[in-house]
Amino acid sequence: MTDQAPAALPEDALPEKVRAMIGQRLYEEQTTFPIEMGYVYNTLAATQNGNPLFWDAAVAQEIAGGPVTPPSMMSVWFRPHYWSPGAEGEQKALLTHFDLKELLDLPEAVVTGSETVFHEPIRIGDVLHTCQVVRSISEPKNTKVGRGRFWVIDVKTENQRGELVGIETYTFLGYKRPEQ
Amino acid sequence: MTATVPNLTRAQVSQGQRLPEIRQQVTATTVILGALASRDWRPMHHDRDFAIERNGMRDIFINTPNNQAWFERLITDWTGPKGRLGRLRFKMKQSVYPGDEMVLGGTVTGIDTDAVGCCWVELELAVTVADQVATECQARVAIPADDSDNPWARRGEQWQP
Repeated sequence: MTDQAPAALPEDALPEKVRAMIGQRLYEEQTTFPIEMGYVYNTLAATQNGNPLFWDAAVAQEIAGGPVTPPSMMSVWFRPHYWSPGAEGEQKALLTHFDLKELLDLPEAVVTGSETVFHEPIRIGDVLHTCQVVRSISEPKNTKVGRGRFWVIDVKTENQRGELVGIETYTFLGYKRPEQ
Repeated sequence: MTATVPNLTRAQVSQGQRLPEIRQQVTATTVILGALASRDWRPMHHDRDFAIERNGMRDIFINTPNNQAWFERLITDWTGPKGRLGRLRFKMKQSVYPGDEMVLGGTVTGIDTDAVGCCWVELELAVTVADQVATECQARVAIPADDSDNPWARRGEQWQP
């Protein structure tokens, strides 16, 4: 019997470590601070959004039973601080996405689409919990920015009462530029 | 209180109705303000050299969560504060850069009342720059069936986005 080198994986085969991630609950996290109005005002200012539901406490009380946050801000609450004591290197959200970039050796990436379904409103003082699930990873594809793969990640969010707050689904393109 | 705040109700919405447009001249401040408000510290949204040299983009560009927040404003400027987002799906086809004038607009593509009596409006929306679609978006938003209704009061099984 002769020793043989293992057959090289075809270019489009997913590494086993990546395949094993699909469908698993990854990075179960809790918000690092209770939901607060400061970032709500920043977002409203950045988009010149005058919705009285967020600016007028009486309107918020009458319509929503108290202050609520813009639904579209759901992902904002899980982004890490740029710096915090003891943290090293760049602090990133959606770490599953960065794991896939590294494991698939695709150094660049962009979000190509997203879908969010909104359930219970997020209220001031809420503490949220989340987990990330890789739903799918495509075959390698040629795109106008380079060759890469598309992957889909679900982020499920619940509040401190265990109520579903929402599910975000992101589609990313991870790629290598032609010169890389 | 809310008696003075206008809210769109079912009777005021029709298929094909167009939402009032938002026109926004995008500057570096627009991009960076939106990125930092959404706690997105990635350099392609504030560092022009990084965006060009690493990402191969023309400049820094509007980030995803801020894009989503602009769509929310477009929708609730139209519905009033009782409008409650149920679902938002979007696809970015081109990035939006400083120097662009982005135009947000859209059309009502469907109206229905679900099994629990919630009135839903389906919207086809877009961000365009120089008449080219930069981001396309489909939204599902609940509005009051009439003046006595309030989508924000719906919880649990009464809310089916």
